[in-house]
Amino acid sequence: MVDFFTTTNLGILLLTLGQCLLVLVPLLVALAFLMYADRKVWAAVQMRKGPNIVGAFGLLQSFADFIKYIVKEVVVPAGADKFVFFLAPMISFVTAVVAWAVIPFNEGWVLADVNVAILYVFAISSLEVYGVVMGGWASNSKYPFLGSLRSAAQMISYEVSIGLIIIGVIISTGSMNFGDIVAAQDGMGILSWYFLPHFPMLFLFFISALAETNRPPFDLPEAESELVAGYQVEYSSTPFLLFMIGELTAVVLMCALVSLLFLGGWLSPVEFLPDGILWMIIKMVFCFFIFAMVKAITPRYRYDQLMRLGWKVFLPMSLGWVVLVSFLAKFEVLGGFWARWTIGG
Amino acid sequence: MSVADIAFYAFALTTVAGGLFTVLSRNPVHSVLWLILAFLSSAGLFVLLGAEFIAMLLMIVYVGAVAVLFLFVVMMLDIDFAALKAEMARYMPLALLIGVIILIQLAMAYGAWHTSDGFQTRLAAPIDGSVENTAALGLLIYDKYLILFQLAGLILLVAMIGAIVLTLRHRQNIKRQDILAQMFRDPAKAMELKDVKPGQGL
Repeated sequence: MVDFFTTTNLGILLLTLGQCLLVLVPLLVALAFLMYADRKVWAAVQMRKGPNIVGAFGLLQSFADFIKYIVKEVVVPAGADKFVFFLAPMISFVTAVVAWAVIPFNEGWVLADVNVAILYVFAISSLEVYGVVMGGWASNSKYPFLGSLRSAAQMISYEVSIGLIIIGVIISTGSMNFGDIVAAQDGMGILSWYFLPHFPMLFLFFISALAETNRPPFDLPEAESELVAGYQVEYSSTPFLLFMIGELTAVVLMCALVSLLFLGGWLSPVEFLPDGILWMIIKMVFCFFIFAMVKAITPRYRYDQLMRLGWKVFLPMSLGWVVLVSFLAKFEVLGGFWARWTIGG
Repeated sequence: MSVADIAFYAFALTTVAGGLFTVLSRNPVHSVLWLILAFLSSAGLFVLLGAEFIAMLLMIVYVGAVAVLFLFVVMMLDIDFAALKAEMARYMPLALLIGVIILIQLAMAYGAWHTSDGFQTRLAAPIDGSVENTAALGLLIYDKYLILFQLAGLILLVAMIGAIVLTLRHRQNIKRQDILAQMFRDPAKAMELKDVKPGQGL
């Protein structure tokens, strides 16, 4: 039986398929509850109750929404480019999901253990902009088009600083593999995680992640007060649902990235507790809570301020940090604090 | 046929189809989308060759940045399809002539090509399993060919500065927001607090 799954082509195919489902199904179920958590946090900040009717404490609200989206009618605007119109939400959903192929949840618990894992995630997340741009263009309508143009410019701008911040982490580790990056943060519990040596970059990365995933305060592509709902205006039913899932999956992916790159992934914060997947989940949920809080308490940026922040503040800062970290790693300042390969990390 | 072979034919077919429809497609936006498909499939071909670093760079640089800008420009342009078609008809004979000449030249070059013995065994990509190809590439461009790499970077820098100098205009009579000045304003000078009694007003 073991031979069948490790040697024959069909066996390997079935095994891989099973592993994919093992990642995908818990992820999608978790998304439903994260969506609910997002709305609950938002409601709590504004002293409302939030969803509280469907199921105990409204826990099943997301599933009710899911059924509602699916059974509604699909409306295609006249003059829309039909093929691209339906391709866009699919791209949005697929690119958000395939990035999870290289995300490890525990030591060795990963679908594809590739050497350039972090570049892969970066490449896939740079594809996410196509879902938005194609959706906006194919709708053949003013608001979606403006929203998609905004979104394209915004995502490209903030990708640059995300890339530079990641380079700093890669320099400290000497590898682009997530397993190696987390292993390099092992040692003295919470003190050896990368959020200390790369302290300012944690915040830059987090804010860039907000902009990259179009979350408030950077949700200009769908700014409802000016653009109704941006690129999603003409979408209804299942295509709209795919956009929503894609967006939320990208947010959770960013939470996973923050946990892996800066918060030590599945490592335990204290020495006497064992490492494990539980820590990874706790860290991701914590990051998501911060995402939800930011959504609840910040006002929306103006577009020129957003561009200024990306190009004139974040880009020089992260570029300067790359140069600084290179020197700190090369000369092994503080006994390899920034050069983990020298201390057996 | 192994899985890698099937993957190769799938990627190769989509690359060729993507390139073909980039040229044939009537709508320029569709052309760009086909071009992106061609980029993605060639990234897949690079992965099959064992050059995963280059594959990822192709995706990040070409698909993630260059093609987005293409799409941006093509979507914004107001293109007159009729004029474009007329233009195409006018230049078709010349284009065909150039194509035929290139084909003849390639045929001549390939006809004069002599292969040495045992070339079949050397056709496979030389993959050295002991060094990651990211590290191998790094050693090449940052150690062995450092000067050349830096010179290439300098040339690009000069080109960039040139482009900026050519296009930069300083407009005088427009209002700009000075964020630092706003942040360092003294609240005491900027506003005045008054205690307004009910029913009296100021």
